[in-house]
Amino acid sequence: MSDLTRQSAAQLAAHLAAGEVSSVEVTQAHLDRIAAVDTDVHAFLHVSTESALATARDIDARRAAGEDLHPLAGVPIAVKDVVVTKGLPTTAGSKILEGWIPPYDATLVEKIKAAGLPILGKTNMDEFAMGSSTEHSAYGNTRNPWDLDRIPGGSGGGSAAAVAAFEAPLAIGTDTGGSIRQPGAVTGTVGVKPTYGGVSRYGLIAMASSLDQAGPVTRTVLDSALLHELIGGHDPRDSTSLNEPVPTLVDAARQGALGDLTGVRVGVVKELSGEGYQAGVSARFEESLELLKSAGAEVVEVSCPHFVNALAAYYLIMPAEASSNLAKFDGMRFGLRVEPTEGPVTAERVMSATRGAGFGDEVKRRVILGTYALSAGYYDAYYGSAQKVRTLIQRDFAAAFEKADVLVSPTAPTTAFKFGEKLDDPLAMYLNDVATIPANLAGVPGLSLPNGLSDDGLPVGFQILAPARADERLYRVGAALESALENVWGGPILDQAPELEIR
Amino acid sequence: MSHSAHVDLVDYDEAVARFDPVIGIEVHVELGTRTKMFCAAEVEFGGAPNTQTTPVSLGLPGALPVVNGKAVESAIKIGLALNCSIAESCRFARKNYFYPDVPKNFQTSQYDEPIAFDGYLDVELDDGSIFRVEIERAHMEEDAGKNTHVGGSTGRIHGADHSLVDYNRAGIPLVEIVTRPIEGAGDRAPEVARAYVQTLRDMFRALDVSEARMERGNVRADVNLSLRATPESPLGTRTETKNVNSFRSIERAVRYEVSRQAAVLDAGKTVTQETRHWHEDTSTTTAGRVKSDAEDYRYFPEPDLVPVEPSRAWVEEIRATLPEMPADRRRRLQGDWGFSDPEMRDVVNAGALELIETTIAAGSSPAAARKWWMGELARAAKTTEVELADLPVTPEQIGQLQSLVDSGRINDKMARQVLEGVLAGEGSPEEVVVARGLEIVSDDGPLLEAIDTVLAAQPDIVEKIRSGNLGPIGAVIGAVMKATRGQADAGRVRELVVERIG
Repeated sequence: MSDLTRQSAAQLAAHLAAGEVSSVEVTQAHLDRIAAVDTDVHAFLHVSTESALATARDIDARRAAGEDLHPLAGVPIAVKDVVVTKGLPTTAGSKILEGWIPPYDATLVEKIKAAGLPILGKTNMDEFAMGSSTEHSAYGNTRNPWDLDRIPGGSGGGSAAAVAAFEAPLAIGTDTGGSIRQPGAVTGTVGVKPTYGGVSRYGLIAMASSLDQAGPVTRTVLDSALLHELIGGHDPRDSTSLNEPVPTLVDAARQGALGDLTGVRVGVVKELSGEGYQAGVSARFEESLELLKSAGAEVVEVSCPHFVNALAAYYLIMPAEASSNLAKFDGMRFGLRVEPTEGPVTAERVMSATRGAGFGDEVKRRVILGTYALSAGYYDAYYGSAQKVRTLIQRDFAAAFEKADVLVSPTAPTTAFKFGEKLDDPLAMYLNDVATIPANLAGVPGLSLPNGLSDDGLPVGFQILAPARADERLYRVGAALESALENVWGGPILDQAPELEIR
Repeated sequence: MSHSAHVDLVDYDEAVARFDPVIGIEVHVELGTRTKMFCAAEVEFGGAPNTQTTPVSLGLPGALPVVNGKAVESAIKIGLALNCSIAESCRFARKNYFYPDVPKNFQTSQYDEPIAFDGYLDVELDDGSIFRVEIERAHMEEDAGKNTHVGGSTGRIHGADHSLVDYNRAGIPLVEIVTRPIEGAGDRAPEVARAYVQTLRDMFRALDVSEARMERGNVRADVNLSLRATPESPLGTRTETKNVNSFRSIERAVRYEVSRQAAVLDAGKTVTQETRHWHEDTSTTTAGRVKSDAEDYRYFPEPDLVPVEPSRAWVEEIRATLPEMPADRRRRLQGDWGFSDPEMRDVVNAGALELIETTIAAGSSPAAARKWWMGELARAAKTTEVELADLPVTPEQIGQLQSLVDSGRINDKMARQVLEGVLAGEGSPEEVVVARGLEIVSDDGPLLEAIDTVLAAQPDIVEKIRSGNLGPIGAVIGAVMKATRGQADAGRVRELVVERIG
C-alpha cells in the first residue's frame, strides 16, 4: 500500500474496514511522519504517542472481534490545544496554562474517543485563539508546509499545518472569526465552521462564547463531512447547542462530488472582493465561479452592505466576551501561579502577577479592549452598538439567502505572509479575517476549500457560506467545486506542495 | 478595631420622634434544590470542603453553565407568592469582579431582566395589623464560595496569614428579593423589618423552596436605612448593613442605625453612603467599604446561556398548585377554631399550629387541642428541654386521648396519667389505658359494693343525709372514689348514694 499518510480519512477508513491495514499501522505511520517533519513544521505542542497507539490497538482488537465500529474508527486525529482533553496537557497556546492537565474531556473529545479515533496530540495555536498567524502562541511559531518562512494562518495554524504536512488526516479546529477557514486557505486544506450550536462548545476554552465554534480540518470535503457528523449534535451540557439532529452531510458531499449543481443559486458577495484582495486571489475566485457555472449553478451577485462594519463590531464583541471569559485565569485554582517578588502576597497581587506574566501581548490587548468596551458609560456606545451591527449583519444574510442558496467569497484576502510581517500591526493582522468574520457574527456555517495557487505559488481559499442549519449545502457545493478543480489540476492541490525535508 | 471606638448615638425614641426612617431590604434565600444553579454538583449541608463541585462550579476552562429548571420553578413560586409579574423572557448577566471565592471571577446573576417584578407582601405585625411591603423584584443568581481567613484574631481577612476557599457553596442557587423603599413604618421600622423577613422565611418553608434556616445562612438579609426630616422630605442617604442573619439582629440593626444616623445628622454632618458590618456581640455596626456609584461590574448578558422563557401555561400551573400562604392560613384557622388573638399568637409562637391542626383532625375539639398543647405538653417540653414537635407523642395520639375523655371512658385526671404513660413510651393511649387499668367503672355492681362498704362504716353520715343534710354526701363520694382508685364516674356515684339512702 502506498504511503498511508497521503491517504484521505475516507480512504483510510475503507482500508481499515476491509482489513487491509491496521489502525496501529496507520497511527504509527502518522507518528513517524510527525517525528520526521514536525521539528520544522511545529504543528504539535504535545504528541500523545502511547495513548494514540493504545487506542489503535484497542480498535484493531475490537475490529478483529467483529465489533460494529464507527466508520472513522482507527483513523488518527489531531486536536487543537484549545479543546480540553482528560489526561493530556491543554494550554490553549498560553503560558498561563503550562502544565495543566484537565480532569475532564470536552464533549467532542468524548465523541472522538467513543468512536475510537486515536488522538495523535494537541496542535499549536495563537494564544487563546487570538490571532491569524499562530505567531501569538507562547510556544513558538508553526510553519506553513508550503513555505517554512511563512505563517500557517491562525489561530488554528497547528491543525491546518498538521493536515497539510500529512502529519494527520484529520484535525479539530475552532473558529471565532475565521480560525478554521483562514488557516485552511493559506495551507491548501479544507476547514468548516459549522452553524453556531451545531457542535458542542462544552470543553472548548472560550474566547468569545457567542462566536466560538469547533469544526473539522481536513484535506478533502468528504473527510470534513465525516468528521463533522461525528462531532456534531445536541449536547445538554451546552445551553447554546442546537436541539436537533446533525444534517446528513456525508450524503451531501457524495452527491456534490458527482458534479451536478443544476438549480443551485450561488451568490457572490459584492462587499467581499475588490480592493485589498490580492490579484491572484481574485483571479482564482473568478475561475472557480466559472467552474461552478459549468457544473450548472446559477451565479448571482448579492449585496451585504453592513459587512463593512463587521470587523469593527467583531473587535468589540469578541474582546468584551474574552475579557470576562479569561478572568478565571488568575493563579488561584489551576495553571500558572506567580507571586509578586516584593510586597505582600495577597490574592489580588498574586492574580495580577500571574496574569501579567502568563498572558501574552495580544491577549492583554484584547482583555483591555474588552474591559473598556464593557465599562459603565461606554457600554451602550461600544458593546451595545456592536450588537446592533450584529443584528444588521444577520439581516443582510437573511436578505442575501432569499436570492441565493449559498454565498461565496475568497476566504482570505491574501496568501500566507512571512513571519513578523504583520506582528507589529494588529489592524493589518485583523484584516485577514474580514471575509470570515460575518459568518461568526450571524452564526451561519462556512467552509473553505483550496481553489488554486496565487501568482506567488501559495494556496488560495474559496469560502462558501450557507444559512444557519443548512450546513449540508456547504458540502454539496464544496464537493462539486473540489471535484471540478481536481479535474483541472489532475489531483489534490497538496500534490503541488514542496516536499518537506525528512529529519 | 474600629468598632470599639466611641460612637455618638441618639436615644431611639427621640430619634424617631424627629426623623422619619425609610428602610429597604434585600433578602437572599438559598434554594433547596438537589443540584446547583448551573451544574449537576449535588448540594448538601456540611460536606467536606470542595467535594460538591464539578468543572462548572470550579470555573475550570471550557466548562459551561446550564440553568437548573427546578431553581427556575422555585423562583417562579416565590415570585407568584410575592404577587409579582413573571417575565415572559429574562436573561442572566455576568457580574465581573475578581475575588477568589468567585471561581470564574464573575458571578452569573440576573441583572436588568429579573424573573419576577412588581409585587407586594402583606406583613402581620405584633398587634395583628397588616403592613404592605412593596417588592421591586426577585431575581435568580448563584452563590459564591466560602472564604475562611486563617491566622488573624478576628476571622476577618485583615491580619490573617492565609485564606482557605470552599467551593461547595459556589453555584448554589439563590433568589434575591428586593423591596422598594419601605416608607410609613415610623417608629415601627425595626419591627416591620423583622416581621417582613420572618414572613418571607415562613413563606419559603410553606412553598417548600428552601429549608430557610437562618442559622445555616439559608436566608440572609441586607438592611438599607436612611433618615429624613419628615415623610414629605426627599429620601436621605442610606447605609446598607450586610448579612444580618437573625430576626432579633434585624430589629436591633435597624434601631442602631436609626440612633447612629440621627446623631450624625444632629451633629450637622452627612451620612456616608456605605456598606456597614453588623456585630452580633456588641449589637453595633461599623463602616465597611464606601459604596460609590463608580463601582463597575461591567455587566453584560451571559453569552453561554439562552434566555429563560417560562411558558404562560407553566406559570399558571405553578400558580394553581401554590400552597396557602402562612398568614392566610393562620387567619383561616383562627376563624375556624374561634381562638382569640392572644391565644392564636401564643399558639404560633409556641410552634404548635400544625400540632393543633393535626390533633383536631384526629378528633379533638379546637379548645381541647389547644389546652393539651399549650398546657400539659408545653410543660413537658419545657421540663425535658425539647421542642413541642419533638416530644415522644404524636398529635394523632393526643386526638385519641381526647376522644377517650369525650366518650366518657376516662376523666381528665386519668387522661393526664395516660399521657404520662404515652410520654414514658408505654404505647398508645388505648394501650396505656388497658395496661394501667385506667378506665371509669361504669358498671353499677362494683360501685354499689363500694358504696355499701363506705356507708356501713359510717352510719352517722347516713343518718345526717337521711335527715336532709346533704353536706356529707361529698365525703361519701370521695371515699368511694378512693376505694375505686379514681376510676368511678363521680356523677353516677352521687346518684347511687342518694338512691341507696333515700
